[in-house]
Amino acid sequence: MSVIAEETPRVPPAEPGFFTKARKILLGRPETAFATGMIVVFIFIAIFAPVLAPYDPLAQSVIKINRLPSQENWLGTDQFGRDVLSRLIYGSRNSLLFGFISPVLAALFGTMLGVVAGYFGGIVDRLISRVIDLLLAFPELLLAILIAAVLGGGFWNIIAVITVAFIPGFARVARAQTLSVKQEPYVEAAIATGVRTPVIIVRHIIPNIMAPIVALMTLWVASAIRIEASLSFLGIGTRPPNPSWGNIIRDGLNSLFGSPWPIIGAGIAITLVVLSFNLVGDAIRDALDPSTAR
Amino acid sequence: MSAMSNFAETVVPNADVEPVLSVRDLKTSFLTSKGWVEIVKGISFDIGPRETLAVVGESGSGKSVTALSIMRLLDPEMSRVDGSVKLAGRELLKLSPGEMRNIRGRQMGMIFQEAMTSLNPLQTVGQQIAEVLSIHGLYSGQAALKEAERLLDRVRIPGAASRLKDYPHSLSGGMRQRVMIAMALACKPKLLIADEPTTALDVTIQAQILQLIKQLQQEEGMGVLFITHDMGVVAEVADRTVVMLQGKAVEADSTEVIFERAENPYTRALIAAVPKLGQGSQKGPQHFPILDRKTGTIVTGRERPDTVRHDAEPVLRVKDLTKRFDIPGGLFSGPSGRVHAVEKVSFDLRAGETLSLVGESGCGKSTTGRAIMRLIEPQSGEVSIEGTDIRALDKERMRDMRRHIQMIFQDPYASLNPRINIGEAIAEPFLTHKLGTRQQAREKAMDLLERVGLSPDMASRFPAQFSGGQRQRICIARALSLEPKVIVADESVSALDVSIKAQVVNLMMDLQEQFGLSYLFISHDMAVVERISHQVAVMYLGEIVEKGPVAAVFGNPQHPYTKRLMAAVPVPDPARRKQLRPVSNDEVKSPIRPVDYVPPQRDYREISPGHIVQAWGDDWKV
Amino acid sequence: MARYLLLRLGDAIPTLFLVLTLVFIAMRILPGDPALAALGDGALPEQLADFRERMGLNVPLWQQYFNFLGGVLTLDFGRSLLTNTPVLQLIGQNLPYTIELTLAAMLMGIVAGIPLGVMAATNRNKAPDGGMRIFSLIGYAIPDFFLGAILLITFALNLGWFPINGAGSDFVSRLHHLFLPALTLAFVKAAFLGRLTRTSLLEVLGKDYVRTARAKGAKENRVIYKHGLRNAMLPISTGLGLSLLSTLSGSVAVELVFNRPGIGRLLIDAIAQRDYAVIQGGVLVFAGFVVLINLLMDLVYVVVDPRVRVK
Repeated sequence: MSVIAEETPRVPPAEPGFFTKARKILLGRPETAFATGMIVVFIFIAIFAPVLAPYDPLAQSVIKINRLPSQENWLGTDQFGRDVLSRLIYGSRNSLLFGFISPVLAALFGTMLGVVAGYFGGIVDRLISRVIDLLLAFPELLLAILIAAVLGGGFWNIIAVITVAFIPGFARVARAQTLSVKQEPYVEAAIATGVRTPVIIVRHIIPNIMAPIVALMTLWVASAIRIEASLSFLGIGTRPPNPSWGNIIRDGLNSLFGSPWPIIGAGIAITLVVLSFNLVGDAIRDALDPSTAR
Repeated sequence: MSAMSNFAETVVPNADVEPVLSVRDLKTSFLTSKGWVEIVKGISFDIGPRETLAVVGESGSGKSVTALSIMRLLDPEMSRVDGSVKLAGRELLKLSPGEMRNIRGRQMGMIFQEAMTSLNPLQTVGQQIAEVLSIHGLYSGQAALKEAERLLDRVRIPGAASRLKDYPHSLSGGMRQRVMIAMALACKPKLLIADEPTTALDVTIQAQILQLIKQLQQEEGMGVLFITHDMGVVAEVADRTVVMLQGKAVEADSTEVIFERAENPYTRALIAAVPKLGQGSQKGPQHFPILDRKTGTIVTGRERPDTVRHDAEPVLRVKDLTKRFDIPGGLFSGPSGRVHAVEKVSFDLRAGETLSLVGESGCGKSTTGRAIMRLIEPQSGEVSIEGTDIRALDKERMRDMRRHIQMIFQDPYASLNPRINIGEAIAEPFLTHKLGTRQQAREKAMDLLERVGLSPDMASRFPAQFSGGQRQRICIARALSLEPKVIVADESVSALDVSIKAQVVNLMMDLQEQFGLSYLFISHDMAVVERISHQVAVMYLGEIVEKGPVAAVFGNPQHPYTKRLMAAVPVPDPARRKQLRPVSNDEVKSPIRPVDYVPPQRDYREISPGHIVQAWGDDWKV
Repeated sequence: MARYLLLRLGDAIPTLFLVLTLVFIAMRILPGDPALAALGDGALPEQLADFRERMGLNVPLWQQYFNFLGGVLTLDFGRSLLTNTPVLQLIGQNLPYTIELTLAAMLMGIVAGIPLGVMAATNRNKAPDGGMRIFSLIGYAIPDFFLGAILLITFALNLGWFPINGAGSDFVSRLHHLFLPALTLAFVKAAFLGRLTRTSLLEVLGKDYVRTARAKGAKENRVIYKHGLRNAMLPISTGLGLSLLSTLSGSVAVELVFNRPGIGRLLIDAIAQRDYAVIQGGVLVFAGFVVLINLLMDLVYVVVDPRVRVK
């Protein structure tokens, strides 16, 4: 046996494939597996809402107002006699749609802004950073409320509101990451060999800043769902009579002495979905971006 | 292995005196995802009063874990320590946590590698020293602060009284380590454990700290356990030495014996890596001796031919290169000061020649390299490659010119894009400059991998699958893919362990022979510089204060700064240990100047052919 | 230090202008025609003209901008379109309720959250840590308006222990009215602060200087509080600022749930009634709070971190 530290080429086991890795992240711990299962169930419900819902979520009935749960209406009815379960099932479509669309859009725009600011620096950076810093001073929910206060509710407005509220966060992460990756010797080496700027950005910068962006994106799915629910609860989100978990609770509170089941059902649905996305988001963050793991 | 580990199990300093520390068969394991892993595999040694024992080894050898095991500072839930550790006859491993607390800081003190992170950023220096005194009930309140002041004075911190209220961030690295020493020695412990206390420091500051530890040891009569990776430091401080490799002691003896006739080839390789300063050969750069891992013998490199093209024009000519950075002031005011990072630096580099830029942190050597590469734009001066001034080139022509001058960086782990396989990484420069087809680029990459000592079939692997030394080889291959004339190597081997370092340096010399490369070698590591260079230039506060052939500059230093630098470099001569050398207590000066500062006109004189020294001013007259 | 404070204050002024400009852009330019946005598509031309006249929208945009700035600086926010009450008066009536709710919630959140976090960090991977994790998972997921609704239904409606709406008049009744809403917000805050304290403290306890403290022979309590928690207070104090702001934004929904007066209610009601001037006033109050609280956070940092003081 040799005692000399002559380097022997280390050959670590081959990198596991994408699906193996994804399975390990999503099903690794029991609570993450539970969360993944919940998300799958909710996505299933959202897709097959028309099949699963026992009634039309908008159909009113004067004769069965504020009913408690029964064989006929498992979660009872609301003050317009609409079936609560059906409204919850359709409401899942709203939540998940906003939950996915806004973070993706925000990640796209935010990353673009952040990379441009971080890579080129100078006056562009100072301008972008100043606005980002300012907007970051606002909690996302407050920013969303204030923008929605001005713009009003409705599908596209909510998408815009939540996206704008999230852009600064992504831009900050992308900018900070770009600044640090730009300092990496491999980027300097590329500059030193004469590689062109667009190629450096696409080939050397962006792939190396994606991990925290993707991690942030999954965590913010949960935030987007919460914010949509809050806005709808405040009456500046999804416009009634379209069902959304937020406005189901709003309607429930408006008839406080009626059935509590709309509130309980929608509240538990929001909590479960947000909890599940938080757990999965944490797991993805821990796997992709160990530096920020808590 | 078995034959080698049969050296005398423990070396007892003096049978009559009871040892301060007695370690027997110390074994430490860590709980990992794969279960318990043994890191320290049975270490034994004694340390007597006033004695210094060095534990030497490379990263991962278990030397620091040994120190932490003795202090019982490892997380008890994640680690297990077996064997026996006796402090003045008392078994430490069996003490309760409370009893152990009374010993830590009171009977043994410890200092660490990173003094900055080892000090609490929110407490003043005075509070932190006073804390240890009050914990052990020696002093409290104002008396403790008074004693802290006295201790700061003892570790030779000027103006101790005013320093008491300073926070760690406002002290220099050397000062912080002095504070750590004051803290560790506050209760007059029997044993001081020093874990790589000078590794993060510049060489002149290292000399000061080593000197200080030796002086305090004589005054206090404590034993010292000194952990280091540097055999030069061992020769400076240690009476006896234990060499560790992969958790085991491969050799243990008095330091003199180790340096004279070490039996273990690993020990000999470590010793060979220490600079001999001025005693080196006059024949130009020579290979490091390398251990053959099959036979266990040392292979000395063959004689190298002279690679320098003495007749031709220099390939790289740098003239009056200057780079200054403004320090931003307030919102509406101009810069509050200016860093004179590089100030009128001039040198020539001929084909096949290696010029080393040496100096301590902040001297401007790396900035010089980056300014030459135009990774940062210098203020003024000329950088010519084969007669073309690259500072005058526009973006496109500069891009073409980059073919001729390439760079290798310090951190091998950050020098390769983790998401691109190494074959592509090596081929990228080739394809960027459209030097051939994809197929040719691939063949080129394979060929280069072979030339840097790796296997061509590794091309499809990703950087994460390589060790530090291998990555540095890959970076060299990438730089070579453009067939450059000059390579700027910025601290390129500094992050590598001693034995790996030697191999990479030898590779660089071989490549110089094969391709007629010129190196601008930027380093603070005198051992490597001595081996690899033809010429050396010493930088201080942004200026070259002395330059010339290695043998001339190292053998006959003229400038006071060069002399101080040379005096500070540890040499492999244990005999020098007993002497207390005159070490200046100066801090490394800062190159930050007022905005209106005008650098003085400098004169140079030639001592011997090619050996040029800057005339120095009054500030150097002692 | 005084110089740093002045610098920070000076820095807040451009921030304030930027905020005002953004609010102006949002209110006047983004919705297209603010008059149409306020009155709805069914508005008659003379109603629109009258609205523009009243709101000063019939002058060039740059003049509107300066009028707007001038109005804000002189605390003249205009009058409500519905009741003709000065907006400043409306804000003055509602602000105390929002402030008392926010502060009470923060206080309860801090008192519960930080000790929970310390307990979790010092008993890592044991029962208290597990309990903390479950608590924080729920706290991060449950919407405050749902939690508020459940508390309201259970303790006010069914058990009758607390009033179901309003904010009370005398001190005791105000506290009585305050308890449930504050508890709602505090639950979420405690989860956030508990988790933050746990993370920050664990990170600090892994630092080299904590090892130094142990090497000095310091007792565990001293290590945890004097070296650990004291240093962990840096990230925690940032977290306090953030959670003060998020409590403020949470107060909007909670005021609605408990039918309490407050700035959030004022804003939401104004949106429902398209009371343009009041919306603008409400937005400005929240934006002003954000700027103010961020400034305060910076100042707190100066006090706790000596490294900032020298700069």
